[in-house]
Amino acid sequence: MSSYNNSARFNEARKVAIFGGTHGNEMSGVTLVNLWVKNSAEIQRKRVETKPFITNPRAVEKCSRYVDTDLNRAFSPENLSAPEGDNLPYEVQRAQEINRMFGPKGSPEAYDVIFDLHNTTSNMGCTLILESSKDHFNLQMMNYIKKAIAPASCLVLLNEHPLLKYSTSRSVAKHPVGLEVGPQPQGVLRSNIFEAMRIILKHALDFIELFNEGMEFPPCTVEVFRVSERVDYPRDANGNIIAMVHPNLQDCDWEPLNPGDPMFQTFDGKTIHYQGPGTVYPTFINEAAYYEKQQAFVTTRRETLLASAIRKHEN
Amino acid sequence: MEHVTVPPLSRLAICGGTHGNEMSGVYMVREMQKHKDARAGSVAITTVMSNPRAVDACRRYIDKDLNRCFTDALLSSPITDSTPYELLRAKELNDQLGPKGGAGAVDLLCDIHNTTANMGLCLIFYSLDWVTLHIYKYIQSKMTTPVRAIQLDIPLSEAYSLESVGKYGFAIEVGPQPGGVVRADIFNMVKEAVDLTIEWLQRFNSGETFDGGEVEAFSPVQTVDYPRDPTTNEITAAVHPQLQDNDFKLLQPGDPTFLSFSGETMRHEGAALYPFFVNECAYYEKKIAYQLAKKITLTFPSISVKKD
Repeated sequence: MSSYNNSARFNEARKVAIFGGTHGNEMSGVTLVNLWVKNSAEIQRKRVETKPFITNPRAVEKCSRYVDTDLNRAFSPENLSAPEGDNLPYEVQRAQEINRMFGPKGSPEAYDVIFDLHNTTSNMGCTLILESSKDHFNLQMMNYIKKAIAPASCLVLLNEHPLLKYSTSRSVAKHPVGLEVGPQPQGVLRSNIFEAMRIILKHALDFIELFNEGMEFPPCTVEVFRVSERVDYPRDANGNIIAMVHPNLQDCDWEPLNPGDPMFQTFDGKTIHYQGPGTVYPTFINEAAYYEKQQAFVTTRRETLLASAIRKHEN
Repeated sequence: MEHVTVPPLSRLAICGGTHGNEMSGVYMVREMQKHKDARAGSVAITTVMSNPRAVDACRRYIDKDLNRCFTDALLSSPITDSTPYELLRAKELNDQLGPKGGAGAVDLLCDIHNTTANMGLCLIFYSLDWVTLHIYKYIQSKMTTPVRAIQLDIPLSEAYSLESVGKYGFAIEVGPQPGGVVRADIFNMVKEAVDLTIEWLQRFNSGETFDGGEVEAFSPVQTVDYPRDPTTNEITAAVHPQLQDNDFKLLQPGDPTFLSFSGETMRHEGAALYPFFVNECAYYEKKIAYQLAKKITLTFPSISVKKD
């Protein structure tokens, strides 16, 4: 008997995967997954099969973000349904393979949960990335993680924006969860960042175990930062960057950016101010990989989402 | 020490992008080329993007680390079909800015680098170069941020980096900055150091005498690799949180150095030394987690331009 009206029911999360190396130079995930492939004791839980998996081994070997194209943008319907062949970019072939192993995306056979481990050069701290505001299972998981690591902070970034959202490797699962921890340079393994990611995963797997054992999670509110807009660097006619993220904005992920605040600084010291209509919360500030994606930072708006009570289906 | 006179230092080279993902130098050179800062008073400035292919790819190098290609042996090696791109480039740079050891070389070569290590602003140079020591003292006196010096005790013939091509030279190494990223605070530090270098050269050329004295520097003693699995050679520990970001803080015997993935702490053994290049990204493949240096005092004479 449920304690709550309208407790949302989900199947037990039996098939869980942990992806590392989706970007081959983001070292926390690469290191954790390699560790767990050798010895998975730490990630095993009752009633769950948890599979650690390196998604982009060639990029990991080269210690580069990708080989031909960004794997974390490659899981589009067009790519996944394209006829197989060696002429396809490496990451598209890889996406099709991952879709076969852990999907197919959108089907009942797909993995229940996939955690995709990432690092960023931005000062984002621990961030959980949510792809749908209606995924009550994920909302409850994120609420559980946030409470478990308090007073340390773990923020939730919601990317549901019709133009800015993208086809991630984790999106083949029913419940995709992005873990983004920074700041860490590409190719570098920082102990504090590594251990922070490890602890978040521990709590996430604990949540799944409790859920599978039949625990009911009461309704809760979750504060999220909803992606609003991408802001590029000022560029000249040849596309070269002509200003840098302003020292006042650098490292200030999640802090309010008000109209009139310094935003960029030219190489000879002039300030360019933020001219938006209202206060926003910038993040992914000065992420190395986004220079080529025309992004200096994204703006977000704070929102509170209501997660309904959840509980597993009785068999 | 006896006063030293040196002929006018009228040709300066500013190099960036020797490693293609170290962005302060890349943007510094682009900016200087845009403003055509070809002459600042008595100083003619050449700006060079050292490794353009690596800059385009935003990678440290294409075939081989360019900043290890400048030994006499490598510069004089014959060119074959299998000569790496960077070695060809090193010979081109040696022709343009050198030849290393020759009378036609630029007077001063400044090569701009970034590191992921928390080293702040450092000047790196080869042994007893009075000009560089004076510039170091000058920059240190004018900048509020700490400025440190690292002296490599290597004879010129074996000097492997680009700055050894000039008659005098030093690398400006600034961190922490991730590869592929340009931080305004780091860029502004580099710009100030370059501006002060040009300023010193102009004052020197105009006849000013600069007093000698003593400066502290760091002299590398050894490198320390990551703990590795004996069979797979994979890293089994990360730089310890108490060492991470603590470049130039004295490391004593017993101080933590690594934290293994299974939770054990490794500790420093042997003499107390100063760590630097702690967790520099590019050094993983060179099997270096950090380097250790002793502190030395360098005495140098007063200097002025030779008038004839």
